[in-house]
Amino acid sequence: MQEITYLAPTSLGDVYTALADGKRSVLLAGGTDIIVQLREGRSDAEQVIDLKHIPELTQFAFNSSGDLKIGAAVPFAEIYENAEIIDRLPALIDCATLVGGIQIQSRAGFGGNLCNASPAADTTPALIALGAILHIGSANQVRELPVEDFFLGPGQNALEDGEILLQIVVPNPGSNSAAYFHRFIPRNEMDIAVANAGVSLTLNDARDRIENARVAIGAVAPTTLLVSEAAEALIGKEPGEAAFAAAGDAAANAATPITDMRGSAAQRVHLSRVLTVRALERALKRIEEN
Amino acid sequence: MAVRRTQVQTTLNGEETDFLCEPRQSLLEVLRDELGLTGTKEGCNNGNCGACSVLVNGRVANACCVLGVEAENAEITTIEGIADGDKLHPLQQAFLEEAALQCGICTPGFIVSSKALLDSEPELDEERIRFWLAGNLCRCTGYDKIVRAVLKAAGTSDNG
Ligand SMILES: Cc1cc2nc3c(=O)[nH]c(=O)nc-3n(C[C@H](O)[C@H](O)[C@H](O)COP(=O)(O)OP(=O)(O)OC[C@H]3O[C@@H](n4cnc5c(N)ncnc54)[C@H](O)[C@@H]3O)c2cc1C
Ligand code: FES
Ligand code: FES
Repeated sequence: MQEITYLAPTSLGDVYTALADGKRSVLLAGGTDIIVQLREGRSDAEQVIDLKHIPELTQFAFNSSGDLKIGAAVPFAEIYENAEIIDRLPALIDCATLVGGIQIQSRAGFGGNLCNASPAADTTPALIALGAILHIGSANQVRELPVEDFFLGPGQNALEDGEILLQIVVPNPGSNSAAYFHRFIPRNEMDIAVANAGVSLTLNDARDRIENARVAIGAVAPTTLLVSEAAEALIGKEPGEAAFAAAGDAAANAATPITDMRGSAAQRVHLSRVLTVRALERALKRIEEN
Repeated sequence: MAVRRTQVQTTLNGEETDFLCEPRQSLLEVLRDELGLTGTKEGCNNGNCGACSVLVNGRVANACCVLGVEAENAEITTIEGIADGDKLHPLQQAFLEEAALQCGICTPGFIVSSKALLDSEPELDEERIRFWLAGNLCRCTGYDKIVRAVLKAAGTSDNG
């Protein structure tokens, strides 16, 4: 690993200044992707900018509308230990508790997981299903982007030079609504997804009709996919087997996976269907239990 | 070109400690190569095995995935800081009694990681322990003895 300089700015202004100083910089949140990449020579950065001393990036809170805003450098452990998030947004807990083991979750978070832009990232499907909005900052402005538009390809996100991810905003799902994240790996823990899926369902007050739905599938295309055909197969229908099976078919049709050491393309297509159906069943169960 | 070293002030196993390191060095390299604390082991050096587990501000992290410079103003606990003088921590005692180690490379990581669990969750069952320790790998014991030792330590101590 080449020599680097390390900066630990305490304000966003100092981050933007450092990003503009002409050096090849990388940002450091929990470091569970970037430190490994630096050490294995997969990054040619000259300068590491640590984001963990910036208040806007290390805090999370619900606002008065019930939307949750998560700083891009908040570690998973702080999220899944929070009783309010466990209660109101259990799909975030589904994925946060599955990324690596405890050692990883102490440091890694949603911001790094998104910015690393792995097609198999485990937090993306749930965040897409929940309709999360990203706040992206630069020296001049803050812009908003739906999370499904953030990925351009494997390892490539939509940040421009000088921009950083500030926060992830998860809108209040409201009543009669729930989401669920599901992953398939050959072991019980500590592995990269062969396929994964995140779904959300919103029912009418009588709970006999689906008013809104979002289905996202991962590890089956260059980026996590928001499958609008799956949502169309659900919206307006009665929640249950028939609608869920149709959504599973739509997810399987949308998947364009590759074969690699973790699984074949055919297995991944099959998994997209099964994970989508099961995630929908479990999201429905969450609504019923509430 | 002379390598620039950075001065870092930290609390290491309860003692104020200053060290010099290069920004590219991991906390694991700093502990072992600069500070002579070789209890923390290197297995994979990429976050997968947990042999390098240390506590950073009370949370267990892989020292190979932390930069040494990130220890500035942090509280770091390594395996060397677990016993109380000559008195073994209940986890260390239980690992001995249950023969929960063979080659011993994974053991410091398991003990540090289990300490974080015992400190934060007094009520433990086998499933919780197995889930918590999924980031610690052992190629020798088959895990059952390790899990038994942690259960024993959880039951026999107030985890002090
Ligand atoms: C043993 C192990 C197991 C793992 N298991 C899983 C798993 O099960 N599922 C999974 O999805 N991932 C897994 N990962 C990958 C990794 O832990 C996750 O992607 C994690 O969420 C990354 O977060 P971080 O804070 O550590 O990111 P970092 O490594 O700090 O950053 C990741 C990338 O994002 C950039 N970045 C960070 N913050 C910002 C920001 N605010 N603005 C712009 N760019 C930024 C960094 O420069 C870097 O390129 C695993 C990794 C290891 C080592
Ligand atoms: S040596 Fe750090 S996790 Fe394996
Ligand atoms: S005792 Fe040898 S690796 Fe665990």
